[in-house]
Amino acid sequence: MDIQTLFFAVVAAVAILSGILVITCRNPINSALSLVMTFFCLATFYVMLDAPFMAAIQVIVYAGAIMVLIIFVIMLLNVRVESGKKYTHGVLIGSIMAVLLLFEAFYFLNRSSLTGARGMIDANVVQNVGHVELIGRAMYTDFLLPFEITSILLLVAIIGAVILAKKKI
Amino acid sequence: MDTTILGLPLIYYAAMILKVLVVFVFVLLTVAYATYAERKIIGHMQVRLGPMRTGWHGLLQPIADGVKLFFKEEIVPAQASKFTFLIAPLIALIPAFISFAVIPFGDTVELFGYKIPLQIASVYDTQAGRVLDLNVGVLYILAMASLGVYGIVLAGWSSNNKYSLLGGLRSSAQMISYELAAGLAIVSVFMLSESLSLQKIVADQSNFFSWSGTWYAFKQPLAFILFFICSLAEINRTPFDLPEAESELVSGFCTEYSSMKYAMFFMAEYANMVTVCAVTVTLFLGGWHGPLHPVLNFIVKVYFLIFVCMWIRATYPRYRYDQLMRLGWKVFLPLTLLNIVVTGIVIAAFS
Repeated sequence: MDIQTLFFAVVAAVAILSGILVITCRNPINSALSLVMTFFCLATFYVMLDAPFMAAIQVIVYAGAIMVLIIFVIMLLNVRVESGKKYTHGVLIGSIMAVLLLFEAFYFLNRSSLTGARGMIDANVVQNVGHVELIGRAMYTDFLLPFEITSILLLVAIIGAVILAKKKI
Repeated sequence: MDTTILGLPLIYYAAMILKVLVVFVFVLLTVAYATYAERKIIGHMQVRLGPMRTGWHGLLQPIADGVKLFFKEEIVPAQASKFTFLIAPLIALIPAFISFAVIPFGDTVELFGYKIPLQIASVYDTQAGRVLDLNVGVLYILAMASLGVYGIVLAGWSSNNKYSLLGGLRSSAQMISYELAAGLAIVSVFMLSESLSLQKIVADQSNFFSWSGTWYAFKQPLAFILFFICSLAEINRTPFDLPEAESELVSGFCTEYSSMKYAMFFMAEYANMVTVCAVTVTLFLGGWHGPLHPVLNFIVKVYFLIFVCMWIRATYPRYRYDQLMRLGWKVFLPLTLLNIVVTGIVIAAFS
């Protein structure tokens, strides 16, 4: 096993472990912190896939902004440890759904085969042109309309949030 | 030296570890003596002497403080969330230090026939004949800056103390607001440099006396001032140090902390200051370019900015919370957006 595979295995193990901790921690803040850890592992995967821009955005947006807001809300509501309570009514249906999903995933994986088709952008192009440049070029030429529509969508969401939060403007 | 790991000779890894150690020790020493310098400078500005008793003119004061804090009793509040309480000082301290990984602090040096760039996260590519660094260096710094808020928020929450909680809430709101303005302020810099790599941004500022190669502080004066002020607010330096406003909140988020854990918050504050000054020097003040030896240039500039931070602390009173929020959202944010638009128009007009 070469160093990169070993590194991948370690990061993947941490990602899975912290993913499990997100849903098993009793304390909501600890769950949120585990989720931050998972985001970090995802950012590491992006770096290993020659996508440093995605890694930086992953940390800035998810770990730096969204999770801070979630922790903010948990703090404001002052949710403390839920001790002694056990929720078991969802276990049966949940496990049936999980098994079905697993079966489906394996079914599709086994049925399909590798085509060997390659896109135009590989590790070499990313190294020479730069990841930010590639994404920027694609976003402002081929995908300009979807990009602008997304920005209008976000603007509408912001105005909606302001109107909902403020009774009198 | 024929053995390679991932296609790089071993000496690169040795140089990398050496760079990490040197930079870490240097930043730690700077942090320790920044506390001394701050007390001395503010003392003299207020016509006092500052620390005088420990060593010559109090020079051993930081070491005495460190030893004292180290031997203090550690107290964990009974109702605190133990794990979060213990981990919060570390979360506050680490992002401040690892931002230094992408800051270029000197030119490329030759070592045993290999060229070693003086920047931790970079290598010299012999085939391309140029330095390869993280090509999203600026974003990396922004990402690390956005993680600094966790330490304070978690410290405030886990202490199970009303003052701490309020301090934590205040600081998280403040840091999120000013992070936005600081991030937008430097957008205009990489519009001009057409790159996010810090090597490229420093290389663009190599010639002080010609307009095309001068410091970005002259090309983008508004962005420079806005970035510096927003960074001061983001790291909770004095005109904006509301999270620890002692007249209102005892000691803010670190009320319940004692011993080394308190010292870690203190170190994080000063390490953040050093980081912010280093980033400002790299982005706006020409990095390591200048009349002296490259590394010396960089250190002199960073120390001057640290002095400016202390000067500001001795001069301005603290903002009120609503004034702070109004300043961030209604003054700085529109100004940075305006700066981006104007820069864009000027670039389009001249190209």
